[in-house]
Amino acid sequence: MSTEALRIVWLYPDLLSTYGDRGNLLILARRASLRGIPAQALEVRSDQPIPVEADIYLLGGGEDGPQALAAQRLIADGGLRKAVDRRAVIFAVCAGYQLLGSSFYAKGQKCGGLELLDFASDRGPSRAVGELAGEIDADLGLPTLTGFENHGGRTHLGPEVRSLAKVSVGIGNDGQSEGAWSGSVLGTYSHGPALSRNPALADLLLRWATGQDSLEPLDDTWSKRLRGERLAAVRPSGGAS
Amino acid sequence: MEGPGSATLVRVTTRRPFRAKLATTVSKGAAALSRATGRGDGSVIGGRLGLIIDPDLLAHLATGRQIALVSGTNGKTTTTRLTAAALGVLGPVATNSFGANMPTGHTSALARAGDTPYAVLEVDEHYLPQVVASTHPFVIALLNLSRDQLDRAKEVAMMAQLWRDALRDQPVHLVANADDPMVVWAASVSSDVTWVAAGQRWHDDSWVCPECGGAITRASDDAPDADWYCTGCALRRPTPQWTLDGDAVVAPDGTRLPVHLQLPGRVNRANAATALAVAARFGVPPADALPHLAGVASVAGRYAQVERDGRAIRLLLAKNPAGWLEAFDMADRAPTLLSINARDPDGLDTSWLFDVDFAPLRGRQVLITGDRAYDLAVRLDVNEVPFQHVTTFSQALSAVPPGRLEVIANYTAFQDIRAELDRVN
Repeated sequence: MSTEALRIVWLYPDLLSTYGDRGNLLILARRASLRGIPAQALEVRSDQPIPVEADIYLLGGGEDGPQALAAQRLIADGGLRKAVDRRAVIFAVCAGYQLLGSSFYAKGQKCGGLELLDFASDRGPSRAVGELAGEIDADLGLPTLTGFENHGGRTHLGPEVRSLAKVSVGIGNDGQSEGAWSGSVLGTYSHGPALSRNPALADLLLRWATGQDSLEPLDDTWSKRLRGERLAAVRPSGGAS
Repeated sequence: MEGPGSATLVRVTTRRPFRAKLATTVSKGAAALSRATGRGDGSVIGGRLGLIIDPDLLAHLATGRQIALVSGTNGKTTTTRLTAAALGVLGPVATNSFGANMPTGHTSALARAGDTPYAVLEVDEHYLPQVVASTHPFVIALLNLSRDQLDRAKEVAMMAQLWRDALRDQPVHLVANADDPMVVWAASVSSDVTWVAAGQRWHDDSWVCPECGGAITRASDDAPDADWYCTGCALRRPTPQWTLDGDAVVAPDGTRLPVHLQLPGRVNRANAATALAVAARFGVPPADALPHLAGVASVAGRYAQVERDGRAIRLLLAKNPAGWLEAFDMADRAPTLLSINARDPDGLDTSWLFDVDFAPLRGRQVLITGDRAYDLAVRLDVNEVPFQHVTTFSQALSAVPPGRLEVIANYTAFQDIRAELDRVN
């Protein structure tokens, strides 16, 4: 950590805050403080400079217009590139995830991305809306990913990046793989408060940010019940949804 | 869009004798059948059949009536009821009071209405362009626009654009909320607008100007009717003609009208202000309308109060983040049951729970239930709001002491609890 307190920055809530994206900020801050790690949650709007000293940077989802505007402002600021260079943690969902790659489409136009991860996004034949689940890359040591996706994009990974998960329910990147990660930069189409159903992923981000190998376990009774319910609802034999 | 020109009128009169009349009769018959067989309240099926026989039936039924439309993300059922009550000063008013707010519902409502000269129709915000084109309304009330069921609904900026395109060059008077930048932008294509300081507690869909992409700045974060302006262009809060002052509505001429509603909260006083503004346009003096507004006790179960086992239960419907903020403002500091489903009418995505700050509930006894209670449990845990999970309504009743129990639920969860309470209206 760069300072006494863990600094968690949610970037551009004025542009990238479509559905409960604030949840990831709240969950990370809460899980840190429950372990006695003082956490400072910051919301930084797109007309403000990106803080250079933070430990975790979060990007949320957004409509096409705001997404394109966010890309321009993030690239012009340059702060996220510097953050990656000093191994800060970046966690992005949905439209924010697409921004991490080299290009994406908004309102029919190809737009340049931040080029922080080796992938490019284009438009799929239909909108991907619904439950998303898949087994996470074994090297990350996490249980099954569960979430909800709502996007029109398809993401094509290059050789320099690994997928977050192999899709078992939903579309994710392309119907096969879902999300991407490299170093301490991670993105997913599981949108909004993705960490609410994936507390182990939240703890991975906290471990990356603090450099600790393990964190004190928390009472995750309700998250576990929620995970169990959602994964059961989409299990092929379950017949639900 | 076609205006109400003479060619349209000729077409109406030549077609109406057979198709429209037959369609109206079938529509009313089907509605009666639907009610008699207990399969529905008849507010949709009748209209659906009528529109199959005569696709222009809604336009035909609208001809010759003075119609007010009410649309927006939140408050449209209540505002429709209040507006219909206010127009009741003039005589009978046709309205779709079951919340059937798509063209089939409008058709059923007007088919039932005989030759009633006035109608107030609640309109789903997606259907506003179509219903404006069909009914040529006299007044449209535009309440607010915010995120709602994003897995299905249009995004907020797209919805504002849809309204803006539909309202351009329409010969209709608008009564619009000056406190919602999205509504102001949509309505500002018209020069014939009465602005109401109806408030918008929810700001997270209007930080960015829909006109220029600049930042929207507000004078205060907690006043629902605070001044606002765009830092990049000329879009700013218009000066409202109708405002709220404590328990009173202030009319354009400065008259303070004490509003004594049975419905709780500032947001309902704002809905009353909108209803009074619409009614004034129809020639109803606000002072005459006030007692009619006071007579509205509940709206399709919303705000209904029921005694059960010594508990005074009050039902509040909240379907999206903006609605939840208003519900917390309305509710008493009393034991509170929250119920969340995510069935088709609710939207399948519960992510929005993290857009709501549940902190106002700290210090109250909180119970949770519903199909998606676990989503809510995780949210409340992060929000540091203690709660107890119950699986049935009777379990909830026995978990709270005698006295007030506030129930806040989203759409199908609300209907489930209403069913427990014998479909209270």
